[in-house]
Amino acid sequence: MQADTCFHCGDPCDKQLITFDQKSFCCSGCKTVYEIFSTNDLDHYYELQEAAGSTPKAIEGKYDFLDNEEIVSKLTEFNDDNIEIINLYIPTIHCSSCIWILENLNKLNRHVTNSQVDFPKKTIRVTYKNQSFSLKDLVLLLAKIGYEPYISLEDFEGKKKTADRSLIYKLGVAGFAFGNVMFLSFPDYFDLGSSAASGGEYWLNEYQDLFRWMMFIFSLPVVFYAGWDYFVSAYKGLRAKLLNIDVPIALGILILFIRSTYDITFNLGSGFFDSLTGLVFFLLLGKFFQQRTYSFLSFERDYKSYFPIAITRLNQNGKEETVPVQEIIKGDRILIRNEEMIPVDGTLVYGNAQIDYSFVSGESEPVAKEIGEQVFAGGKQLNGVIEMIALKSVSQSYLTQLWGNAVFKTDKITAFQNLTDSIGKRFTIAVLTIAFTATAFWLYHDPSKAMNVFTAVLIIACPCAIALASPFTLGNMLRIFGKKKFYIKDTQTIERLAKIDTAIFDKTGTITTSQKSTAHYEGMPLTPEEESLLKNTIRASNHPLSRSLYDLLKEQNIITLDEYEEHVGKGLESSKDQINMKIGSANFVGKGSSESLLDTSIYISANNTYKGRYVFHNQYREGISSVFKNMSESMNLAILSGDNEGEKERLEALLPKLTPLYFNQKPETKLEFIKSLQDQGKKVLMVGDGLNDAGALAQSNVGIAISENINVFSPACDAILDASKFQQLYNYILASKKAMRVIKMSFIVSLLYNCVGLYFAITGQLEPVIAAILMPLSSISIVVFTTVMTNLIGRKLT
Amino acid sequence: MSVIYVLLAISLVVAIIFFVAFIVSVRQGQYDDAYTPSVRMLFEDELVKTGNEVKSKVKN
Repeated sequence: MQADTCFHCGDPCDKQLITFDQKSFCCSGCKTVYEIFSTNDLDHYYELQEAAGSTPKAIEGKYDFLDNEEIVSKLTEFNDDNIEIINLYIPTIHCSSCIWILENLNKLNRHVTNSQVDFPKKTIRVTYKNQSFSLKDLVLLLAKIGYEPYISLEDFEGKKKTADRSLIYKLGVAGFAFGNVMFLSFPDYFDLGSSAASGGEYWLNEYQDLFRWMMFIFSLPVVFYAGWDYFVSAYKGLRAKLLNIDVPIALGILILFIRSTYDITFNLGSGFFDSLTGLVFFLLLGKFFQQRTYSFLSFERDYKSYFPIAITRLNQNGKEETVPVQEIIKGDRILIRNEEMIPVDGTLVYGNAQIDYSFVSGESEPVAKEIGEQVFAGGKQLNGVIEMIALKSVSQSYLTQLWGNAVFKTDKITAFQNLTDSIGKRFTIAVLTIAFTATAFWLYHDPSKAMNVFTAVLIIACPCAIALASPFTLGNMLRIFGKKKFYIKDTQTIERLAKIDTAIFDKTGTITTSQKSTAHYEGMPLTPEEESLLKNTIRASNHPLSRSLYDLLKEQNIITLDEYEEHVGKGLESSKDQINMKIGSANFVGKGSSESLLDTSIYISANNTYKGRYVFHNQYREGISSVFKNMSESMNLAILSGDNEGEKERLEALLPKLTPLYFNQKPETKLEFIKSLQDQGKKVLMVGDGLNDAGALAQSNVGIAISENINVFSPACDAILDASKFQQLYNYILASKKAMRVIKMSFIVSLLYNCVGLYFAITGQLEPVIAAILMPLSSISIVVFTTVMTNLIGRKLT
Repeated sequence: MSVIYVLLAISLVVAIIFFVAFIVSVRQGQYDDAYTPSVRMLFEDELVKTGNEVKSKVKN
């Protein structure tokens, strides 16, 4: 078995086999990496994890823009005359061997002084001496060992992001104060200090004031730093005439603090500082728990994270120069190398274009373009060097102008009122009513207790447990979904997902897979000799279509061809035993015109007679029929495709009857379509994959991007679903509905606690120790309840 | 004077030392990446060996 897979990357070596040092490799790239590692005593790489490497790609000329000092200084985090520090994103980081080799970069090149990997973010921070070593050298070194960094326009424009750690500080402050206040209130709990008259512990009575004022001091930072956000949020809510959940929380914190300070000032009791600090600590813990957790995924990508920083422009004298892409203007002549992305719309003027638009549309088969034809921004050139004339600037291209739409500037979060806030409104009204009624009652019966009761009601009714229910339920669901390869941006998305009633799907790349394609043959049947010749001819070709057709054809014995010639951009020609075969475009094989412009085909002729053609199809994902059938029972469905109608009949056969199918949809029209549905009051789920769906994903209530490989880029969205889990989509939606039910149940539980507390409060018997027991008890039981319930839901998911 | 002042002061100082240590470690970014150090720790033996090699090369 060892002989069949590459020692370096683990891929099968069926196309090419290189044996070196008694080990087999799938390509010379992998062998080179192995050579580099073994000559530098870094063999240990392969001991940590077998076949850990990745194949280096050809990168000649790709990083010439790093010679430009201005660009380098914008990319580096720090640079002076001696040292430069840079953070690079390396998508191929995937195992412990990667960490090990990248942190040993200094052994491969002595100019590197330090390198540190952040595995969850897939970044590496490298410090290097820059006298005789440059960023370009570093990038080339990384690319040579199979860890090519990804440098995009976003890095270039982006401000240096600083991690927001304020929540951790606040949590630290609240936890610190909570612990200390608890210790300081211990004497009270055991009722040692309060009974001064009956003796009690002498020295605890003596120092009672000291204890109490220390608790006061500890609670100051909790109220005015850690809990400050609640006041801000409540104030904002009130100003917008909204009673959100933060209003009763802020009220509770404020009353707790004032009442406690009042109590200790006039020596009426020890105050509720323990409940106060505990409350803020638990609330912040909830906030911390629902923070997003996928640092290796980004949900906010626009075209800038796909596009290169700089591109090669040919100036009037025909000389190459590297310019940042923003500087490209209409009429510039641009050189695009193999594997480079086309940054602007333009006309092809030289070379054989094989353009892969998979970033844009999800379509994996490359499209051939001839000189004079238009090429669009976002495509990737796959076949050698091409030259083109820009027709537009970067931000005005067909694809990129989509980002000018207002939908990319509005935030979905602000437009949505979550369940907790809508409960908060009724809750606040109820609590205030009870507080005032009880106060009125006591004013009549025993005015001395009235103020006591009023504050006690507000303290005990502080909706800590309600505020915790949603973060813990949804936060846990988020993690459960994450384990099932459904990566959701934030907890609120789950709430929105639970309310979906309409689902719109993109076709190519979303409900079809780009991994496999199928083809069928149309035309005169081929003789066995011809079939054998066909397979052997395309075996030698590296064209992507040839490769896919090769994998589809039956096994044939390997024969030696008499003649073989590859006409770049047209097709292949070969002969064996008096059969002369031409394989390629319709023109090339002598079939006047293409039969249909709607599909991708390979045409075949033998001895100058046209035989037939292989038509390629997308293969639909497994189980899509049943997914659509189940979903159609509870929601409206539609297909919104950017492609032509070529697949209409096949789709109609697969999907439930009367599913609306829309073809030839532009990115903008997709967006408008979603908008019109929302104007009818629908809650729309958009499932897409390419950049052309980006507008629709942003406009929809929930945008889910399907991704074959989550490390590869997907457009801005609310959630990323691994393609292998597509069948589970409906179950995930149902699970989020169940999660919302769990939240409602925990609201009821916490209301029960509140009723018990209110009994003590209204009757005027609320002792600090009761508050101190009830508050953590309710919070912890809610946390336990929601965690158990969500894990039960999660267990049923696959 | 009561010993309680001394005890309170000591407990407070100890608590504050830990609190400051926590804040400093967060500020240094020690909690930003909670995964990689767990893997890196397992490389230690190799790194020590190579560390010596690098040093001896420098000396030569």
